[in-house]
Amino acid sequence: MKNNTTITAEPGKQEYFITREFNSSQSTVFEAFTNADLLKKWFMPQSLNMEIDYLKSESEGSYRHHHSHPNGMKFGFYGVFHEVTFPERIIKTSEFEGLPTKGLPSLEITTFEEIAPNKTKVVIHTICSSVQFRDAMIGAGMKEALETSHNQLDELLKNQ
Amino acid sequence: MRRDIFQAIADPTRRDIILLIGHNSLNLNAIAETFPVSRQAISNHIKILTECGIIVISQQGRERYCFIQPQKLEEVSDWIADFRKIWEERFDRLDNLLEEMKTNSNTINNE
Repeated sequence: MKNNTTITAEPGKQEYFITREFNSSQSTVFEAFTNADLLKKWFMPQSLNMEIDYLKSESEGSYRHHHSHPNGMKFGFYGVFHEVTFPERIIKTSEFEGLPTKGLPSLEITTFEEIAPNKTKVVIHTICSSVQFRDAMIGAGMKEALETSHNQLDELLKNQ
Repeated sequence: MRRDIFQAIADPTRRDIILLIGHNSLNLNAIAETFPVSRQAISNHIKILTECGIIVISQQGRERYCFIQPQKLEEVSDWIADFRKIWEERFDRLDNLLEEMKTNSNTINNE
């Protein structure tokens, strides 16, 4: 059975959290996040052809990777590592290359916690430069409110 | 200026207006009276929501009523689903890789 992926994005905040458990040791999961050859195997679907220009997974290191969609669209991500502490924490910036506007990086704090033997909990905490940008990135921020609203709308439409 | 649904939901007052109108289509006066902010501020929010396509205003007699456009809200929930799907699939690939890594290290240890 697959482990659940939890996405938390509260309304009106600049941040979101992605939480997932993996059935491996903390150091193995950490390696999959920081080793270029391993990262290439899972981070993007094969169809997006991930090319890593450089990836220096250490404090004050930097990275850039780019992708090409079968439809011809090209895009990339780049940033710097503020801190890489084996095997528990990665803090980095990330900016999407391909937006018309520059200057919209996000800060990502990823923690790896071994909660049992061969059971590692990963939390990716992403902080964006504005609420609007956060909402645009994930289309979230008011998931619950929208669901409530939808239910209310359903009721409303039923009565018409 | 181009507007999209995400601008509509970026502001807490606008989210409240969406919920309020989603519950019951109201005229502009009734909406303004519900919130402890200036009439001008509410008018501005309504204007943005209209430009985002999330509400439409319809003249009924002497009153102007606001109606929600539910299909616009669905655009947002669809995108949430897409974002979740991207991460779920990404982590499924990571699961497979981690399994491979376990197998490989077992092989090495047994050699």
